[in-house]
Amino acid sequence: MIRVFGLAALGAVLAIVAGALAPAWLVFTMTKAIAFGLVALGIVGLMRGGLVSFGQGLYYCAGAYVSGLLAARFGVSEAALLLLIGAVTGAAAAALVSPLIARYRGIFFAMLTMALSMVLYGVLAKATPIGGTDGFNVPRPSFGGWTPGPESADLALYVVAVVFAAVAAALCRLYYDSGPGLVALAARENELRVEYLGASVFTVTQRNFILAGGLAGLGGALNGMALGHVDPFFSYWTTSGEVVFIAILGGYASAVAVFGAALIVELVRSFSGQYFPESWQLFLGIFLLLVIIFLPRGFGSLWAKRATGAKGAGE
Amino acid sequence: MDLVLTIILDGLIYASWLFIVALGLTLVFGVLRILNFAHGGIYALGSYAAVIVTPFFAGFGLPDWFSIVSMFIAAMAVAIVLAPLIERGLLRFFYGRDEVLILLITYSVFLMLEDATKLIFGVNPYYLFEPRNVLGNVEIGSLYYVGYDLALGGLAVICGAGVWFGLRRTRIGKVTLAVIAEPEVAQAMGVNIARIYLLAFGVGVFLAALGGAFTAPLISVQPGNSVSVIIVSFAVVIIGGLGSIPGAAVGALIVGLARSFAVYEFPEAEIFIIYLVMVAVLIFRPEGLFTPVKARKI
Repeated sequence: MIRVFGLAALGAVLAIVAGALAPAWLVFTMTKAIAFGLVALGIVGLMRGGLVSFGQGLYYCAGAYVSGLLAARFGVSEAALLLLIGAVTGAAAAALVSPLIARYRGIFFAMLTMALSMVLYGVLAKATPIGGTDGFNVPRPSFGGWTPGPESADLALYVVAVVFAAVAAALCRLYYDSGPGLVALAARENELRVEYLGASVFTVTQRNFILAGGLAGLGGALNGMALGHVDPFFSYWTTSGEVVFIAILGGYASAVAVFGAALIVELVRSFSGQYFPESWQLFLGIFLLLVIIFLPRGFGSLWAKRATGAKGAGE
Repeated sequence: MDLVLTIILDGLIYASWLFIVALGLTLVFGVLRILNFAHGGIYALGSYAAVIVTPFFAGFGLPDWFSIVSMFIAAMAVAIVLAPLIERGLLRFFYGRDEVLILLITYSVFLMLEDATKLIFGVNPYYLFEPRNVLGNVEIGSLYYVGYDLALGGLAVICGAGVWFGLRRTRIGKVTLAVIAEPEVAQAMGVNIARIYLLAFGVGVFLAALGGAFTAPLISVQPGNSVSVIIVSFAVVIIGGLGSIPGAAVGALIVGLARSFAVYEFPEAEIFIIYLVMVAVLIFRPEGLFTPVKARKI
């Protein structure tokens, strides 16, 4: 436990140093990558149980809207508080849906989550009091009562994001390695045996789904603040699809790999958006296909495999 | 009274093309156990093909009714090019793997099709008028309808009956049913499974493209049409039960009528109501209306 938090703290310090040295546009991209990485981390948790959600946009969007509305209409400006509210909103929305969702597996699970996220999209797109398809602007957050000027605001938000991401990643690691967390891996192999052994697959799925919803809400609130704007496209199925892509790229061996994958995708997106605006999805599709074929367990498996190999040799 | 009639007729027209598209989706799932995300992309390509092919044939001075025939030709062309490319070139390497993995693969195919379409045809909308004028107008009560729209219902019936006849009354159809029931035994009996898979996938692609081609005169053909199609037709096959043809028909009718009711009575719920119906069905029938409950495999 101390080791996990130590590693997370070390990673956070390194990330903050990197952020302090990086140019402003890169800090902004890295903040967005952390937001997507958090959502992907939740999907990774579901993937451990053999499930892929194509609708994390719902919880992502719910977190962004609720924290964004609190900031824009009710004057709540404390960044950490807004992030926590986003996470709670995402988790609550997921908890509401989970009794229906947790009964399904495979394709049904994937497509139902997607359908639900499109429901929220449809509702928000028609909700004119909160901007309809245009969404609304989110004011700059404050940090412990301090409201930074435009030149240091991005960096301040980035530091908060890194801290949240490190804590979330460490907690996920601890949970995944605990007894209840490991049941998900067993459920992926054979559900019936897990149930005969006395564990409930339904409960495990529900728990992982609520966790994923919370992480998605956190990511949504963060991205809303980073962009200074939220709109219904947060809940659009392409948003969810992109995050699934990040989760597959990262694999479920390591949280660092997930955030790394998120950063790669964000960088590729901002470059291809600049140079090939019409064919960004084409690259995404080809890239996704190559990863599925050649690296079915994600980037994380590259060094995780080596690590287990070394351990096996030592024992 | 007129309003009720309008709602029902509009619902039936919407249900017709929805059924054509969903039929392809459910057929491919039934035979290959693949939920083809790229179905929406193929649908969009069908629209583009119709927009290109129809004026091409009209250029030869053929009569107006030929524009209807040329839409079939357009859909067929899409199927002949894409089905072998996607099925033989990619999907066949993943048979027997996790269903979700295959879903992700078809998702990446969908992304590629989206942008390939944009690169080939550009982002400006295309329009197609001729086919919709061929059948003139029809007067129903005090309402005027374009004959072409109502004829879509006939096309849907033909497609449904054709697939049903093909599966139940022809040799190759019965072989396909055997492959659905037990692929390994069918193979042991000398069935060329690869051919059956390609054929079923080809018919699925053809139906998607046909749905797209016949929708082309009703809409402006532009990027972004594909997305809503896949999600709505997925809702249809889920309501009816994945892999069931009568299920797709009932699902299309339910979704079509629900949507047209919403359009006239609660316009803000137009998108919402489809999923509301779907969730309501799933709460009572978790596998959809026409799927028998299966025992869990140990």
